[in-house]
Amino acid sequence: MREVYFYATCLVDLFFPDAGMAGIELLQSAGVRVIFPRGQTCCGQPAFNCGYWEQARAVALSQLALFPRDLPVVLPSGSCAGMMKVHYPELFLGQPQEAEAKALAGRVFELTQFLVDQLDLKLEDLGEPVRVTLHASCHAQRDQGVLDQPKALLRQLANVDLVPLARERECCGFGGIFAVREPGLSEAMARDKTEDARASGAALVLSTDGGCLMNIGGTLEKQGFGPTTMHIAQFLRERTRVR
Amino acid sequence: MSAEMEIDFLASSTRALADPQLRRNFRRAMDGLMAKRAAMFPDPAEWTRLRALGAAIRAKNLLKLPELLERLEKNLTKNGITVHWASTTAQASQKVLELLEARGAKAVVKGKSMVSEEMGLNHFLEAHGIESLESDLGEYIIQLDGEMPSHIIMPAIHKNKDQIARTFSQKIKDAKYTEEVDELTAMARAVLRQKFLDADAGLSGVNFAVADTGTLCLVENEGNGRMSTHVPPLHIALMGLEKVVERMEEVAPLYSLLTRSATGQAISTYFNLISGPRGGGEQDGPREVHLVILDNGRSRIYQDEELRATLACIRCGACMNHCPVYTRIGGHAYEAVYPGPIGSILTPQVAGVGLRHELPHASSLCGACAEVCPVAIPITHLLIRLRREASHRLSGSTVLGAGEARSKLEDLVWSVWGWVLGHPAAYRFSSWCATRFWRLLPANAPVLKAWTLSRNKPRAAGRSLQERARGRGLPHV
Repeated sequence: MREVYFYATCLVDLFFPDAGMAGIELLQSAGVRVIFPRGQTCCGQPAFNCGYWEQARAVALSQLALFPRDLPVVLPSGSCAGMMKVHYPELFLGQPQEAEAKALAGRVFELTQFLVDQLDLKLEDLGEPVRVTLHASCHAQRDQGVLDQPKALLRQLANVDLVPLARERECCGFGGIFAVREPGLSEAMARDKTEDARASGAALVLSTDGGCLMNIGGTLEKQGFGPTTMHIAQFLRERTRVR
Repeated sequence: MSAEMEIDFLASSTRALADPQLRRNFRRAMDGLMAKRAAMFPDPAEWTRLRALGAAIRAKNLLKLPELLERLEKNLTKNGITVHWASTTAQASQKVLELLEARGAKAVVKGKSMVSEEMGLNHFLEAHGIESLESDLGEYIIQLDGEMPSHIIMPAIHKNKDQIARTFSQKIKDAKYTEEVDELTAMARAVLRQKFLDADAGLSGVNFAVADTGTLCLVENEGNGRMSTHVPPLHIALMGLEKVVERMEEVAPLYSLLTRSATGQAISTYFNLISGPRGGGEQDGPREVHLVILDNGRSRIYQDEELRATLACIRCGACMNHCPVYTRIGGHAYEAVYPGPIGSILTPQVAGVGLRHELPHASSLCGACAEVCPVAIPITHLLIRLRREASHRLSGSTVLGAGEARSKLEDLVWSVWGWVLGHPAAYRFSSWCATRFWRLLPANAPVLKAWTLSRNKPRAAGRSLQERARGRGLPHV
């Protein structure tokens, strides 16, 4: 039986637990034994991005120890996966944990990436017809190489009409601390993204990342009209079964 | 880049965001440039290969930079081009002035040069009674309006044709108002043509300086570069010391990467190879050619092996064209000679990371810039590095102004954050409180206030995923 570690990420833990649970159930229904290590907090990315590496390292250090066995680590977030895969080796460069960080980086997967590339998951659509669009998270696509995998899963669903955003690959303006440090710029980017989403005609905006969803969803809600947002794991779990 | 004031990027970007015409002009122009570039690199494998080659050439040339600069000087001298070195922009401007005054020059025409913008050369020469006229169409337009370039390749890209029509009708003598692009271009051409013939000297930038052959390469589309460097009796070229390449064959891939990335052209309309003044028996060309090589902080950047990558830049501007921040505010909001992502890593290193500490934060770290950089400068990585440098004194740091933007409040916030998230029990307690009491947190609480300016407050879960996972009895080992 295949086994994986599931890393919740702080945003999913606190704001999108349904998406996290959906990710776990998708893996389980594909016959994977999901291990949920205790002691999870955050990957450390906010401090890393802001230049506070000592503090980021203190947090990352506590997380490095959670995955002792040589198993894949699956995250319902391309951004946090990118932090572990690309930036842990930078953060621990020249530190005693350098080798450990590099070894971990080699077995980190974003959820849809694992479902498609490792499990070749086949889904059967049980839901009503719906038009959806996908926002490609920057770190998922650029750090983790995840763009085709979520689309591949959605295209398996007979009743789901996947329409593209006009600026599919452009940042939504979240950027973690950027959203509150440069609120005007972030708002301008988010507003364009929501206009793009409305123009797509989709009823739902899906994403692999909670940060983007919180930003796009929060903006749409404040505007008071337009599509709703959902994490792709939750969308897939609610309307499919594994074939 | 010489201004020694702390800039308020938040204020300048807010002003830019409030200008809908500016937003439309940039969005339209950048969309066009992105599409043109994409059409030039249809084959990902070819792009990957060419970019790796370009990056390797630039890295090798930077590694050998001190030696190559000496070789360049030797071979330029052999070709009859006089080399001058300037540590600061003030020294460079003074050198140009001396060369002009010694020959009684009263009027110069300029091809496009970002180094001359660093020097503030036009104002300097005008203050010394020398007319300095920009001959690149975009530069000419903004010179008429007394503005700075808003883009390193397309300096007047912040204006649309109606705005240019107004400028021309107001600023060019006897000009009629027209919005026809061909007529506007012809008006500028009529002014400039006579200026080329009358000028006492021509100034230009340099795209690549070839060490082995002592050749200055100049990439341009309007022919003004050739006119500026060939018609007047004196040609003074200006370059940053990082522009040297070792061999002529290294220019071809860099040139291809440059034009395809910058304007989506397979090749530029003009490519000038300048290898010396007019030779005996030749009918044209300048009598004298001089090259001023400017440091202005570059040798300091060079000392740091990681930050050195900043100097690999070939000034294509693709990072700005693809930057979601630049696209929305344009170049002027950065209040720096080099705007956009490359400027956000270059300017703080030249002016001081304490004075310009906001620039590395002018990014959501989306990575679009690094993705399209034709010489693979890890821009996002360097943005983070400079954020570190601004708030810390890293051991062995050679960065100007390192640690000057340290904030006690930020130190405290990150220390508390690090302690809580570094201790799982503390995180569990905090998350338990957060999930239970989140709704009591007012939307105008610190941090949340900035978030809720344009977004609804996020809804925390009643029970965290960790609590649910334990409830489900998921294995933890």
